[in-house]
Amino acid sequence: MLRIEYAYWLCGILLAICALLELGSRRFPQAAFWGILAICFLGGDTIESAFAAGNKTPSQLVGVGVVVLALLAGSGKLKRKSEFDEDHASRIASAARLGNKLFMPALLIPAVTLLLALTQPWLHVGDISLFDARQSTLTALAAACVVALFAAMWLTRARPAAAGVETARLLDALSWAAVLPMLLATLGGVFTATGVGDAIGHLSAAAIPVDSRAACVFAYALGMVVFTVIMGNAFAAFPVMTAGIGLPLLVVDHHANPAALGALGMLSGYCGTLLTPMAANFNIVPVALLELRDPNAVIKAQWQTATCLFFANLIFMYFLAFR
Amino acid sequence: MNYWPLLGVAVVVAGFALRLNPALVVVAAGIVSGILSGMSIADLLALLGHSFLSNRMLMLFILTLPAIGLLERAGLRERARAFIAGMRRLTFARLLIAYLVLRQLLSMLGLNTVAGHPQTVRPLLAPMAEAAAEKIDPALDDRARENIRAIAAATDNVGLFFGEDVFIALGAVLLIQAFFAQNGIDLSPMSIAVWAVPTAIAAFVIHSIRIVLFQRRIAAGNLSALERLADAAD
Repeated sequence: MLRIEYAYWLCGILLAICALLELGSRRFPQAAFWGILAICFLGGDTIESAFAAGNKTPSQLVGVGVVVLALLAGSGKLKRKSEFDEDHASRIASAARLGNKLFMPALLIPAVTLLLALTQPWLHVGDISLFDARQSTLTALAAACVVALFAAMWLTRARPAAAGVETARLLDALSWAAVLPMLLATLGGVFTATGVGDAIGHLSAAAIPVDSRAACVFAYALGMVVFTVIMGNAFAAFPVMTAGIGLPLLVVDHHANPAALGALGMLSGYCGTLLTPMAANFNIVPVALLELRDPNAVIKAQWQTATCLFFANLIFMYFLAFR
Repeated sequence: MNYWPLLGVAVVVAGFALRLNPALVVVAAGIVSGILSGMSIADLLALLGHSFLSNRMLMLFILTLPAIGLLERAGLRERARAFIAGMRRLTFARLLIAYLVLRQLLSMLGLNTVAGHPQTVRPLLAPMAEAAAEKIDPALDDRARENIRAIAAATDNVGLFFGEDVFIALGAVLLIQAFFAQNGIDLSPMSIAVWAVPTAIAAFVIHSIRIVLFQRRIAAGNLSALERLADAAD
């Protein structure tokens, strides 16, 4: 059975290769950065089981590792190698030679993910299904990436070592942005555990005129946006804002339809996701991937859509949730 | 109620405003919030470590890098450009709007990971969008090219977010259902998902209009000029 942990181990192997290559070129801060991550991914399963069994020491060591990662990123020592462009002519020649066949392995990633996700209910031997039900689409994505890698090696006649070098090149270009989504999600976990969410819910509920339906709708939707901007994640904002404003004021006092209110509240939060650097995997990782000089380039390209959509959402909420 | 942990939020806001390294800011905010809530250092480190490991799925995108990296070395992005340059009728706006529709429909089916910034935007959509824009204005400068790549990324985000919420079997809809169930209100996933449809349509209309307007700016040749004005104003 394919479990999501296998995909984590594959990540760990890639990160370890990257760390070793950096070590070979005597770039020690980079080697340490990817090395720590490699350990987290290769040992993550064991450490999580220990945590569940009550042994917190390995998790504390990971906590120390997280602090070291942040210090390495903040030290400015993770300088990127200059992106090589001397191979431009050979890439053009190779593109002309291979033609549209080059798309095949790249499209295999979405195609195989789709195929495995759709056929999953039938992929089993006896009672044992091919994919573990937890995170099964992500496991399918990982399997698709492996298939695509083999197809790419076959098509380009590249050796496996070249795949390692290319991975290291791309990871080097991403640098600390690669780990930012995990760090932000970690912060979300810490904020929940330390009661930050509850405190914000209390404060915002105390600040609005509760008799006015329009004011409550506006406060709930805007609260979803602002809290999502702070947390980087509408899922973190939803329980806080709905427990603080949505449920007591709109559903109970003003008789809103909870299904409509919940759906539109969540979507207001998504407008906030388009606006915040805290949603790193959507707004910061692509800046690195697409080699944009302005760190806010993606947010600048989408804030107009987000703002128009927020007002559309407010109108929907005001008219659809109270019928 | 202890309001001190809220200072962690202030650390995030201040850190981003001062343009400090985001990774450093985020971890510092977690530590500040933890200490102010009265947690011991040992517990805080365990919380950081456990929380970090339980979010490992957010790093899985790196599994696409070996295949994408090899293909890029073999000229994938150059080929994507040439492919679009050869298709006369595929304009910039049609390319991005078609991608937006496809992305919304796929995420409505719960197929979020089929596309994305590493899987499809960097290797395919961004170079294709650049090539389609070159057909309108062959003399694009670097700044204009960056804006084009940024709107390609934005199109992927809009398509994902405002399709996902219509899908009933995971993510947002289940979270909403679970929240109300905890509070004694039973809702079926379907009854929640239908309310996401108006916003999904609005997102498609609004973003498509913006793509068409963006194409007009490319055609008018003022994509880079406007940005230079903005730079001068800074």
